[in-house]
Amino acid sequence: MISFTNISKKYREEFVLKEAFAALPSEGIIAFIGGNGAGKSTLLNIISRLLNASGGSVFIDGKNLCEWNTRELAKKLTILGQSPYSAARITVGELVAFGRFPHSGGNLSEEDKNKISEALALTEMEHLRGRFIDELSGGQRQMAYIAMAIAQDTKYILFDEPLNNLDMNRSVKIMKLLHRLSRERAKSVLIVVHDINFVSFYADYVVALKNGRIKYAGDTDSIMRSDILCDIYDTDISVEPYGGGKICVYYK
Amino acid sequence: MRNSSKRLSAAGFSAALVLLAALSALYLFGGVSAETWDYNIPRRLNILAAIAVVGTAVGLSAVVFQTVTENYVLTPGIMGLDNLYIFIQTLIIYFLGSGEGGMMTSSAHFLLTLALMAGASVGVFVFMFRINGGDVYFVVLAGLVFGIAFGGLSNFMQVIIDPSEFSVLEGRMFASFNRINVDLLGVSAAATAAVFLWLAADFKKLDVLSLGRNPSIALGVEYNRTVLKTLVSVSILTSAATVLVGPITFLGILIVSIARFIFPTYRHCVLVPGTVFIGICILVFGMLIAERMLQFAVPLGVIINFAGGIFFIGLMLKIKRL
Amino acid sequence: MAFRIFQCVFLVLISAISIFVGVADISISELFNRENGQMQILLSSRIPRLLAILAAGSSLAVSGLIMQRITRNRFVSPTTAGTMEWCRLGVMAAILLLPDAPSSLRVACAFTVSLAGTMLFIGIVNRIRNRSIILVPLVGIMLGGVVNAFSTFFAYRYDIVQNMASWLQGNFSLVAAGNYELIYLGIPLMFLSYFYADKFTIAGMGKNTASTLGLNHAAAVRAGLVIVTVISSVTVVGVGNIPFVGLIVPNIVSIYKGDSVKRVLWDTAWFGALLVLLCDIAGRLVLFPYEVPIGIILSVLGSTVFLVLIARGKIAYA
Repeated sequence: MISFTNISKKYREEFVLKEAFAALPSEGIIAFIGGNGAGKSTLLNIISRLLNASGGSVFIDGKNLCEWNTRELAKKLTILGQSPYSAARITVGELVAFGRFPHSGGNLSEEDKNKISEALALTEMEHLRGRFIDELSGGQRQMAYIAMAIAQDTKYILFDEPLNNLDMNRSVKIMKLLHRLSRERAKSVLIVVHDINFVSFYADYVVALKNGRIKYAGDTDSIMRSDILCDIYDTDISVEPYGGGKICVYYK
Repeated sequence: MRNSSKRLSAAGFSAALVLLAALSALYLFGGVSAETWDYNIPRRLNILAAIAVVGTAVGLSAVVFQTVTENYVLTPGIMGLDNLYIFIQTLIIYFLGSGEGGMMTSSAHFLLTLALMAGASVGVFVFMFRINGGDVYFVVLAGLVFGIAFGGLSNFMQVIIDPSEFSVLEGRMFASFNRINVDLLGVSAAATAAVFLWLAADFKKLDVLSLGRNPSIALGVEYNRTVLKTLVSVSILTSAATVLVGPITFLGILIVSIARFIFPTYRHCVLVPGTVFIGICILVFGMLIAERMLQFAVPLGVIINFAGGIFFIGLMLKIKRL
Repeated sequence: MAFRIFQCVFLVLISAISIFVGVADISISELFNRENGQMQILLSSRIPRLLAILAAGSSLAVSGLIMQRITRNRFVSPTTAGTMEWCRLGVMAAILLLPDAPSSLRVACAFTVSLAGTMLFIGIVNRIRNRSIILVPLVGIMLGGVVNAFSTFFAYRYDIVQNMASWLQGNFSLVAAGNYELIYLGIPLMFLSYFYADKFTIAGMGKNTASTLGLNHAAAVRAGLVIVTVISSVTVVGVGNIPFVGLIVPNIVSIYKGDSVKRVLWDTAWFGALLVLLCDIAGRLVLFPYEVPIGIILSVLGSTVFLVLIARGKIAYA
């Protein structure tokens, strides 16, 4: 289980995140929502030790983040940032193999190889295995990095805006894949998403931030309410029933 | 895919080895007659040994430096160590003169310069890295800016130095293999070998670092520690090579770019030896040109910097995205 | 307006101090005594020196401002883009090929080479991924190092390494009537950049925005580069390399005044002139009666300020 207490992050004198605390459920898709600059990415980066908090603590499976050995933690938790990029010429296959580094230290066993093939199959990337990642389209590259995260086979997977710049078809594919992972393999997927309707249909739990503070947290159903969403986004949003779920309308 | 790239690497290594053997033989035995044998062969063997040390130090440091800076157009030579070396030499000549005291003959002098350079650069880099929360570019830029300041200071002293003493200094401002001291060669070789072994344990981690900072942390690499260790290694390697033969700023970019072309891989256990081999080939080739074609008129360091510079501009024009 | 007047008065005051600092004592009471030649020193050495300092300082600061706008990077300037090094290469080529050439021809040569070199740099910058603001000056300084390696190669071939060291160094002490006047070219160019100011500001918003606003982006960039390289060339030929002025002055001014070229142009020029003037006075006093060349003072001072700016900038632009 991931929990955190009193996390703050300050640049110069300005707080981008203030006294955030929550205990997240240990399974399912957990969505972080909020307007631009609400502190979602900052929070994700702090949970995944990419960024040091100015104050407060994060607990992963009950152990304080700063007490974790970073290699051991990489077997438990991984993060995929926005538009990843590498200067090196790396093929898709090699990239996904990097996902096994925390387990293998770079020397692949049979088990590692199986996990790599499995990740490529799940993301439907097998046919691109030998291609260099800098030759792929943006969506394919995103998929390749997701495959790496899957190969890493961690309990917690953090995604910072994985749907950025992707078309609808690919976005739906990725969300379905994450949903499958959370259901079939009992993974906990933490995700920052801008499209509130993806949250409504796929997320199990929602953390809503505004101005660097966590304002609401709870089951998706309890958050998908017109008054709460209006407060978070400062705009009129109506929530309508649709196909057994809820759809948010905010276009007029 | 992987098999074919392995085969390509193997072919590259064989070609480099053959080329190296041919070049070395040409250098070693070219123009030697029975009378000059006793003079030339030991001298040239010493030079070849020095070339091996410098090629290893520069090749290794160039590859790992590019990995931690995530950039393939930078080279450790720009981190200001060259200017620091020239500054130290200028100070020595200025205050001790070009006589016995200022000569790079004593081991003490050599060790002092080596310790001063490695110590100062490691100190500055570690400090800069710490205060800036682990930004490599800031560290590189700090080194570079210190280099500019040292360059300005030595420039000033060079203008007011006595012209006859300047000519001694001029000899040290550009890398040359013609005044190698065999005793000191051992010190640089030992330092280079030690750092090589120390860093070789991290080659797999450095492979992961090719992905960039955040992915490597997500994959469980101790990013700050690995980068710091690499920067410290680069300082020591660059100091060892520079103190031995003098500054060769752009040798690194020259050889690592050729190596990336011949061995298109991110794997350090292939790329590092490949770069080292190519470095040694280039240096032997450069010696052939400096000695046989230009009759010692221009030091090797100046030739290498010239060639490396042209190569750098070509690289800039070729690469689509940096 | 009151502040403008204060700026002018302050600059005139410092200028007056600068005139009376030097190895040969000059005092106002003795000035008009014809016998001791003080007027002579004043007119042939101190005044030209002062004018050269004011012209070089202000025009270099403005050229840095222009470069930072058109590359959209605060850490770019003639010092960190290799422009100064290309100038030197051009000067050296002129000296080696045409030893008796007048300084106007040297300027022309320096200008041609540095314009080509700076355009190469701009081409490179456009292809750098927008990841680190520090990478751009890093590449620029490295390019400058490469160009220096070329210069060194030829300097070594023709045995002028020590000579080169002396004229690479920014130094106003050799300025005397008759050998520096080309530096005045910078002054009309500053006025010219005032007319182009809005274009540079818009060009700084990026190619797409500029096109949307009906600006010929490439033409504005070209105009900017021509102004920058002419200023750099006349400075290098006239007084040598004056590092870091174009880098730190616009940055400090923009902290207080923002980024519109038109609004900060005057302040940038004023502060550039003042900075160089103060450094020159400091250079004359630090090791009195010896003179430390201004190139040294500025490379030590400038590099320190640069690092501080980067450390600050990293937080501001993260």
